[in-house]
Amino acid sequence: MWAELAVTAAKLLLIAVGLLTAIPVMVWVERRGAAFIQDRLGPNRVGPLGLVQPIVDAVKLFFKEDVTPAAVTKGLYFLAPMVAMFVALATFIVIPFGAGADVTVFGVPLKGLQVAPDLEIGVLYLLALGSLSVYGMVLAGWSSNNKYSLLGALRSSAQLISYELPMTVAVLGVLLAAGSLRLDVVVSQQGDRLWNVVPQFVGFIVFTVAAFAETNRLPFDLAEAETELVAGYHVEYSSMKFAAFFMSEYMNMVTVSALLVTLYLGGWTFPGHRALSGWPLLLLSVVAMLVKIALVLWTFVWVRWSLPRFRYDQLMRLGWKALLPLAALNLVWVSVGVAKGWL
Amino acid sequence: MEMIVFYAAAVLAVISAGVAVAHRNPVVNVLSLIVTFFCVAVTFALLGASFLAGAQILVYAGAILVLFLFVVMLLNAPTVEGDANERPVQRVGGVLLPLALLAGAAAVLLAVTLAPAAAPVEGTPHALGRLLVGPQLFAFELVSVLLLAALVGAMILVKRKS
Repeated sequence: MWAELAVTAAKLLLIAVGLLTAIPVMVWVERRGAAFIQDRLGPNRVGPLGLVQPIVDAVKLFFKEDVTPAAVTKGLYFLAPMVAMFVALATFIVIPFGAGADVTVFGVPLKGLQVAPDLEIGVLYLLALGSLSVYGMVLAGWSSNNKYSLLGALRSSAQLISYELPMTVAVLGVLLAAGSLRLDVVVSQQGDRLWNVVPQFVGFIVFTVAAFAETNRLPFDLAEAETELVAGYHVEYSSMKFAAFFMSEYMNMVTVSALLVTLYLGGWTFPGHRALSGWPLLLLSVVAMLVKIALVLWTFVWVRWSLPRFRYDQLMRLGWKALLPLAALNLVWVSVGVAKGWL
Repeated sequence: MEMIVFYAAAVLAVISAGVAVAHRNPVVNVLSLIVTFFCVAVTFALLGASFLAGAQILVYAGAILVLFLFVVMLLNAPTVEGDANERPVQRVGGVLLPLALLAGAAAVLLAVTLAPAAAPVEGTPHALGRLLVGPQLFAFELVSVLLLAALVGAMILVKRKS
C-alpha cells in the first residue's frame, strides 16, 4: 500500500512540477513568439536569447507590494485566486501523459503515467472541476468592488458557460467512439485505429475553438479586454495574487492542450509505438506527448498574435449558433458511424 | 479511512448548509451551498457512485449555482438586517416545519428494520447507462420530455416580456 502511495505521490509531484515549469517556458515562448510575429526582437537581454527573463519577472512579482484595496470584501477577495489555482492544479490528474501499463516500479505496477488511472469517470472529473474555474473569476470580480472587475467577471462567466456546452458535446463524440469515459481507453483506441482528428474533424475544430474561449485567450479574451475593461476581473489584484490568476491561466492552457492531444491527436501514441514495450516505450511516449502539447501550445500563441479580439455579441453568436449545432452534427455522425461499425 | 472522510464531509455539509440558511450576506449563502453540494458529491463518491459525484459537481456546483450567484450579484441583493419582528409567522414556521420533517423521517427510520442490501448497486458510468436505457427507459424519456417542456416554457416567458 505504501509503495502504491509513493508511486501516486511521485506522479503528482511530476505533473505539479511539470505544470509549474511550463509557466515560465510559455511566458518566454509567448513574448518571443509575439516579437517574431510582429517582426521585432522581444526580450533578449537577460540570459542567452532572453531565457532568464521569466525568472526575473517572477522575482519582480514576488517582491511587489501586495495592495489590498480598502473597499474589497475581504474573505472572498483572498479566496478567489486560491480557487483559480486549485482548479488549474487539480484538473490534470486524469490525463495519461505517457505509456507504462507494463512497467513496474519497486514491484508496484505503474498502470500508465496517469495520476488517477482507476478513476472510471475520467474526463467527467476534468469537466466537472474545470467548470468550477468560473468561481475564481466571478468571486474576484465581485469582491473587488470595482465596476470594471464586475463587468469582466460577468462576461467571463457567461462566456465560460456558453462554450462549455459545445466543448462537452464535442467531447461526447470522442467518448462515444471510445466507448468509455476513461482517457487511457480513448488513447489506446486511437493507437489501434485512426487518430480522432480524422473521423471527427468537425468535433476537433469545435473543441479547439471552445478551448480558446475556455482559457480566456485571444481572440476570446473578453473578460480582460484591456481597451474596455482595464484588465477585467483582476484589476484590483497585485503582486502574487495577480500572479496566481496569471499562472492559473497558463496552467489551464497546458491542461486543455494536453486534453486536446489526448482526445484528438492520439495522446502519447506515435507511429511504430506497438513495436516497443516497457521503459523505452514509456520514455518515447512522454517525448511524443510533450512534442504534441508543444505544437498545440504554439498554436495558442500563434492565434493570439494573429487575430483581433471578437466583439461580445459575435462571441455569443459563434458559440450558440455555429459551434453548438456543429458539435451536435458531429455527435450524430459519430453515432451513425459507431452504429454502422465504420468508426 | 473511508469513515474519516465520510464524517468530515458529513459534518462540513451540515455546517455549510446551516451557513447557507443563516448567514446575512446572500453571496456567502450561495457559496456555502456550493460547499454543501461538494460534500454531497464526496458522499456519493464514497458510496461508489462515481458518475453521480461527477455529475453533482458538474451540474449543480458548476452550472446551476453559477446562475444563482449571477442573479444575486446582478440584483445586488442587500445584506439582511436583523429584525426578529418582521415576519413572525415565517420565522416560527421555518423552525417548526423542518423539525416536523425531521421527526417524520426519524419515526420512519426507527420503525423500519433495515434489511441488508440485497445486491450492491453499481454506480459506474456503464452500470448507470445500462440501467437508464434498459429497465428505466420510460422514466428516462419522461424526464427528457419534462425538461423540454421547461425549456419551451422558459422561451415563452422570455418572448412575452419583449
